[in-house]
Amino acid sequence: MAPQTLYEKLWSSHVVHQEADGTALIYIDRHLVHEVTSPQAFEGLKLAGRKPWRISSIVATADHNTPTDHWDEGITDPVSRQQVETLDANIREVGSLAYFPFKNERQGIIHVIGPENGTTLPGMTVVCGDSHTSTHGAFACLAHGIGTSEVEHVLATQCLLQKKSKTMLVKVEGQLGRGVTAKDVVLAVIGRIGTAGGTGYAIEFGGSAIRSLSMEGRMTVCNMAIEAGARAGLVAVDETTIAYLRDKPFAPKGELWDKAAAYWRTLKSDEGAQFDKIVEIDAATIAPQVTWGTSPEMVTTVDGRVPDPAQFADPVKREGAERALKYMGLAPNTAITEIAVDQVFIGSCTNSRIEDLREAAAVAKGRRKAASVKRVLVVPGSGLVKHQAEAEGLDKVFLEAGFEWREPGCSMCLAMNADRLEPGERCASTSNRNFEGRQGAGGRTHLVSPAMAAAAAVTGHFADVRELA
Amino acid sequence: MKPFQTFDGLVAPIDRANVDTDAIIPKQFLKSIKRSGFGPNLFDEWRYLDVGQPGQDCTNRPKNPDFVLNQPRYQGAQILLARDNFGCGSSREHAPWALEDYGFRVIIAPSFADIFFNNSFKNGLLPIKLDAAELDVLFAQCEATEGYRLKVDLAAQTITRPDGKAIPFDVDPFRKECLLNGWDDIGLTLRHDDEIRAFEAKRRTEHPYYFA
Repeated sequence: MAPQTLYEKLWSSHVVHQEADGTALIYIDRHLVHEVTSPQAFEGLKLAGRKPWRISSIVATADHNTPTDHWDEGITDPVSRQQVETLDANIREVGSLAYFPFKNERQGIIHVIGPENGTTLPGMTVVCGDSHTSTHGAFACLAHGIGTSEVEHVLATQCLLQKKSKTMLVKVEGQLGRGVTAKDVVLAVIGRIGTAGGTGYAIEFGGSAIRSLSMEGRMTVCNMAIEAGARAGLVAVDETTIAYLRDKPFAPKGELWDKAAAYWRTLKSDEGAQFDKIVEIDAATIAPQVTWGTSPEMVTTVDGRVPDPAQFADPVKREGAERALKYMGLAPNTAITEIAVDQVFIGSCTNSRIEDLREAAAVAKGRRKAASVKRVLVVPGSGLVKHQAEAEGLDKVFLEAGFEWREPGCSMCLAMNADRLEPGERCASTSNRNFEGRQGAGGRTHLVSPAMAAAAAVTGHFADVRELA
Repeated sequence: MKPFQTFDGLVAPIDRANVDTDAIIPKQFLKSIKRSGFGPNLFDEWRYLDVGQPGQDCTNRPKNPDFVLNQPRYQGAQILLARDNFGCGSSREHAPWALEDYGFRVIIAPSFADIFFNNSFKNGLLPIKLDAAELDVLFAQCEATEGYRLKVDLAAQTITRPDGKAIPFDVDPFRKECLLNGWDDIGLTLRHDDEIRAFEAKRRTEHPYYFA
C-alpha cells in the first residue's frame, strides 16, 4: 500500500459512506458538548422526534458562561444561568458517558477535561460545537469544530458529512530557545502562513521541536490550528502520548490498554507519505511572540515593532493593518516593549493547563504585579488543574504576586461571563483570538505565552521573558 | 430548510478581510437558546454606537452612521460582498443565523473559513467563492451604482450582473442538491442507517476501547 499521512489513516478508518462528489459520512467516536452551541441541537432533535444515536459518545461540561469567582452565589446572570440549566436538563434527559456540571470538581474547559480524563484517545474522531476542538488533534485524533446543525446531526446519526481535507505538514526542526514555548511556535506558524493559510487543510505538526513538546504544549499548538484556518491540527502518537494517557480515568485498562497502545503507535505519517503542502520552520529562529493587531496573523517578536501599514503592498492588507492599529490605539513603529497593559489574562483552552501555570508562576515567583496593571486573572482550565496547581503551591505564588486565582472556565478568552475588558483597556492574554471586542466591547487583546503574560504583569508592559531571568 | 430559488437581490459590500464570527455576532447574544432573532444584532459592535445586550429592543439604539449596512441605499440587502477569509474564528452557527435572519441569502467572497462555509449551507445561506479580480469589479460596480442588484441562479451556477454578464461559480453537487431541494441533512444521512450500524459494529469489535 502507498505510504499514508496520519490524516489519511484517520480519514479512511472512519468513512461509512461516500457520495460521488467525495462528500463522505464520517463516523464520530467522541462528541464533546457544552452549553452554548448545544441547546438548539437538543431542541431540534426533540422536535423531530429523534433519539441520540450513541449516548456513550457524549462528554459534556458547562464552561463558557460559568463565573470564575463567588461560586457560592451560583450564576447570577439569568441568561447565562438559563443556558447552563438547559444543558443540565438536556444531559439529564438524554444521558452521557460523563458530565461535569458547574461546580463539579472535574468541571472545566471542554478541551482541557477531555484529554485529562482520558475521554480523548488517539485514533478517534472528536467533534464539538467549538472551533478549538482542533486541540484534541495533539493526540492524533481527527478533531474539529462543528456548527450547531452538525451537533444535532452527530447526536442523531453518530456521523458527520465531510469532504476530505488537503494535507499540510508544518515541520519545526531544531531546539526551541530558552523562554520560547509552544504558544510562540504556533503564533510564529500563523504569522508565516496567515489566518487563512490552513483553510481547506488538516495541518500535521511534526519535526523534532514538536516531538520535544509535552502533551500540554502539543495541545496549545493544535488548539490554534484553527487560527491558521485549519479545522484540524494533528501530532503523531509517540511515547509522550502513551505516557500521558496511561491511568487516565477513561483510558482503557489491562489487556485492552495493550491492544489500544499497539494500535495507537501506528498513528503517524508513513515514511515517504505525500503532503499537499510542506512548511518548514527552524525552531532556533523563533523568539517570544506578541500580536499587535486584531487578527492572530498580525504578530511579531517581543523585540520587534508595530509595523507601518504604509509598508504593506496589498491594499486590503494595508487597510486591514490601518484599521487594526486604530482599533488597538497603536502608532506605527512603536517598540513592542513600550506597550503598557491594563490587564493580564492567563487561561483559556490554549494555555490553562498545569504546564502553562507552572511557566507563568516561574516568572511571577518573587515578583509583584506592576502598580499600573489593574488586574491579573489566572484561570485554571479545570478543577483538576486547579487542584494540581494548589498542590504545587502555584496559587500562593500568584496570590503573593498580586494576581487573582480563580475557579475554572473559559472566562476572559471570550468574556461570556463577568470577566471582561472595559472599552479601550489593553490586555496581555494567553488566549487564542485578538479579534475586535473578543474580550469585551472595545477591549484590546495582545496574544502571548503564559510566561510572557506573567512578564507583562510584573513589568506593566510587554517584556522579553528571556531577559527576566 | 426552505428550498433555495433563483432571485434578484440588492447588494451590500463589506470591504474588509478576515471578518470573524465574533464581529458577525458578538458573544453576549450566544446566550440565547433559540435559533432565531439574531438579525437585529448582526455586526452589533460595528452597527451601533452603544454596547448591545441580549433581549434588548434595538429599534432606538444609536446607530453608527459610518457602518455600511446603516446607509439608506443598502436597506433590504440580500447579497453581501466580502473579502478573504470571511467567517473566520469561532464555529458559532449564530453567525449564519444572524445573516439569514437579517435577510441575507448569498455571501460572495474570494475565500471563506471552513466552518462558517459549512454552517451556511445548513441554513439556506449560499456562500459563493469568486476570483478576487472578479469581485473587485462587483465591489466597484456596487460602489458606483445605487440600488445595485445581482441575480443568483443556483441551478445554473451563475451570478448575473446588471450589465448582463453572467459569472459562473462552483458549488459541490451534493450541497447544491440539498440547497435546491431544501433537504434536511439528518433525514438524508439516516437513509444510510444500516451502513452506520454495520460500521459501528465492526469498529466495536476491532477497537473495543473506543466503546467503553
